[in-house]
Amino acid sequence: MTDPLPPADGASTEAPSAGRAARAVERRSSTGFGRYLLKHVSGAAVSLLLVLFSSFFIFRLIAGDPIDQLTKERPVSPEQRAAMRAELGLDRPLWQQFWDYITGTLTMDLGESFQYRRPIFDLIVERLPATLLLSGTGMVLAVLLGFWIGTRSGWKQGSRFDKGQVATGLVLYSAPTFWLGMIVILVFARYLGLFPVNGMRSPSTPPDFWSQAVDIGHHLVLPVLTYTAVVYAGYLMIMRSSILDEIGSDYLTTARAKGLRDDEVRQKHAVPNALLPTVTLVFLALGSVVNGSIVTETVFSWPGLGTLFVNAIFYPDRPVLQALFVLFSSSTIVAVLCAEILYWFIDPRIRRS
Amino acid sequence: MTLLEFKDLRVTYRGSRGRLPAVRGVDLAVDAGETLGIAGESGCGKSTLAMAVLRLLPKSAEVSGQILLDGEDLLAMGWGRLRAVRWTGASIVFQGAMHSLNAVQRIGRQIAEPILVHEPKTTPAQAAKRAEALLERVGLPPSRARSFPHELSGGQRQRVMIAMALACDPDLLIADEATTALDVMVQAQVLRLISDLVRERGVGLVMISHDLSVLSAVCDRAAVMYAGRIVEQGPAHEVFAQARHPYSAALGAAFPVIGDPAARMHPGGLAGDPPDPLRLPEGCSFRPRCAVAVERCGAESPELLEVGAARVSACFVAQEGMPVVG
Amino acid sequence: MTSTTTVSPRALTWARRRQSFQRSWAAYRGQRTGMWGLVLLGAIVVIALAAPVLIDESALSVTRATGERMAPPSAGYPLGTDETGRSILALTVWGSRLSLLIGLTATVVAIVIGTAVGVTSGHIGGWYGWVALRLSDWFMVLPSLVVAIALLAVLGRSMATTITVIALVSWPGTTRLVRAQTLTVQSRPYLERAKALGAGHWHQMTKHILPNVLPLVLASATLLVPSAILMESSLAWLGLGDPGVVSWGSILNRASENGAVSAHAWWYLLPPGIAILVVVLAFMMCGRALEAVFNPRLRGESS
Repeated sequence: MTDPLPPADGASTEAPSAGRAARAVERRSSTGFGRYLLKHVSGAAVSLLLVLFSSFFIFRLIAGDPIDQLTKERPVSPEQRAAMRAELGLDRPLWQQFWDYITGTLTMDLGESFQYRRPIFDLIVERLPATLLLSGTGMVLAVLLGFWIGTRSGWKQGSRFDKGQVATGLVLYSAPTFWLGMIVILVFARYLGLFPVNGMRSPSTPPDFWSQAVDIGHHLVLPVLTYTAVVYAGYLMIMRSSILDEIGSDYLTTARAKGLRDDEVRQKHAVPNALLPTVTLVFLALGSVVNGSIVTETVFSWPGLGTLFVNAIFYPDRPVLQALFVLFSSSTIVAVLCAEILYWFIDPRIRRS
Repeated sequence: MTLLEFKDLRVTYRGSRGRLPAVRGVDLAVDAGETLGIAGESGCGKSTLAMAVLRLLPKSAEVSGQILLDGEDLLAMGWGRLRAVRWTGASIVFQGAMHSLNAVQRIGRQIAEPILVHEPKTTPAQAAKRAEALLERVGLPPSRARSFPHELSGGQRQRVMIAMALACDPDLLIADEATTALDVMVQAQVLRLISDLVRERGVGLVMISHDLSVLSAVCDRAAVMYAGRIVEQGPAHEVFAQARHPYSAALGAAFPVIGDPAARMHPGGLAGDPPDPLRLPEGCSFRPRCAVAVERCGAESPELLEVGAARVSACFVAQEGMPVVG
Repeated sequence: MTSTTTVSPRALTWARRRQSFQRSWAAYRGQRTGMWGLVLLGAIVVIALAAPVLIDESALSVTRATGERMAPPSAGYPLGTDETGRSILALTVWGSRLSLLIGLTATVVAIVIGTAVGVTSGHIGGWYGWVALRLSDWFMVLPSLVVAIALLAVLGRSMATTITVIALVSWPGTTRLVRAQTLTVQSRPYLERAKALGAGHWHQMTKHILPNVLPLVLASATLLVPSAILMESSLAWLGLGDPGVVSWGSILNRASENGAVSAHAWWYLLPPGIAILVVVLAFMMCGRALEAVFNPRLRGESS
């Protein structure tokens, strides 16, 4: 044994020391968690700073003078320009501008939109629920569907079910999201007229809660369908290969030997083990969730952050672009941090090291 | 009364290289409360034999013959009956307890699981109580029920496996290399625990190991397997001390007797590898590695015949009454 | 003994490489989906290369368009026309050139960056290795489309910027893979031997590590191309593509800008979209087959 302090094996020596040993394990794991947390939180903090830094770099340095964009097609005198520069703080030294930018962002002062002439923070708060509703529903559905099919597919590897599901998943995964959305609109909204073409609610709906909820749900069907169809295949493949990793394991033979039914062996033993490595992947995939929701919102003119972002490109509304760039990027970083913290609690093995 | 009986058991694996015979006609019986050891090198088919009892072999395995447990043929059972017999009729202590336990489930739950499966009237609380009692019986504090497998040492994990195997009071216990991965001191403790439990509960035991000395310490009888067949069987200490088959002799000599200068000067063991199951030699399959082979061994395959009181051997030399050590 | 003395080490190395290539190829041939993917891919590449022979470039001109506007398929226009009267078939065939070109170039750039950073960070290690690893991790976490949009919004739209931006968001995966493989190779005894014989960093990296890493890089590149193509089509559809060229994404961008969906012009939407789907699927099929060849755990899949 290479373990410097192997647990005593003799029954007689062990009984009295067991309680103490257990307490020692607990104490060690709690300080272990502190160190683990600190390590990952500080890593995330550095990543977040890097996001702020790169957004300043992209939007203030590469992009050139914002005054040119603000004043395009309008004659302005040099005095007016100078006044605008002063108002936006552009006359100050670069490091000062950077400092203002950092402190501004950290205090939720994200500046004002060129296009809407309103604080960007208000715009984001206004549109966030729509985005959360669409991508949240879509992601939950995609994860459930992908994991459910992936588990069964991997468990019966090589079966007709497996082959059919993998093929279907790959084809949908290969379809561009925006195109699938257009086809879905064409078929279900234009030809069949079953669902609204775009937007989140119809102006004619009565203002009471239930009518509104039904109306929003009605509008939600097609975007969620599109989003789920494209995204679930990724989760399917992740879960399937994770199950394949477990399938020859000895503990499954033990479970079978105990007299469990095949589906009990799968659900009680294989799935919990296979889920561990995938839980973090769900969080890590938040980047693709953001990608997918930007495109889906744009196809369906869903009034969320994604359409705000895309519309800002062409105005061009640089403060909005910059703020959303920071928001989207930091949300994925925070998601990864959550995944790491969650992993501590769900996988008993990592607490050892 | 016969508890477990193999009748002409044959197991063949279908693989990419062709059909691979792993067990080639084994007849063997274990009485209730009896302890039988099965010895042999890795690849001789002894683990296949163990897994065949509860029909745990992979789908690529073709099994023929009969395995009678309490007179009932396991190979002819429907799935429902088979599941009912698993763990209640016979249970297994697997090799490599680290991988045979579910890493993300507390061990108490894993021990209680078969109780809940086979005795549906038991409440989870009762099952947990019984799991704790079992842990205590194998020498672990009941509080260990809340531990995860990785929090235990190798010996403790093997004890957990034993506790788990006893959960449903089986008539037969199969221990497949249950002590191989443990260091010598722990191995001795676990062996003692197994023999005590077997005696105390009157369970039949089939113990599988490559180590004849382990078997002779625990078992009444021993069978030696080579290339998918039984080549010798008899009282365990006799097979170990006075082999009547050259292979058993070599297997016994492979473990030096500590303090014996003769063992130091002439390390035992056997040259060569077990034969490729796809290209078994003509005649006796042990002949290429045998020091005492005679002409007849190359032409005919020897049958298991009586060579003494309660002893059988599949060796022409031994059957002639000649010594098998060259 | 004369036969062995005439064989140079270099020839020996190449013989061994040829052998291992043949082994991999034999394993690949056993994968039915992989072979289908390869056939599909071959056909698409032939069409893309032969586009100028098949259809005259003038068919892409808006001013010289001959067809009716937004007309459904007919004898003269088997896939119908767009809002200026151009043949959708011609656009789709020509679009394949740009989509493939951008997808492949961006992948090559990403692979080169990724491999260089991966090998050097794994081999040199230390501070540099740590920073490179953290940086690739950081890039990997960021939502790629957001980064690509932000960069294109400030850099301006052209083919070069599209390629740069896609490459910039695609390299970290390769880096991680290559770095891990480099660390594995590095622990092997022959590298120790090379070091003991006085091989410098450059020699070790190019002669020992790279040849061992490349097959894996190739397999992962095959899976990078489809995501590059999808990314290009998304960017072009959002209107961030090069305005001067025709790619499948830009065709679909014009389709939505000109109300093809509300006009029920399914012929305008289906061909370019299906083309993207088929190319992406073909690459995925090949990539998965390659992965199975180089990853023995998955090899059981075909049996």
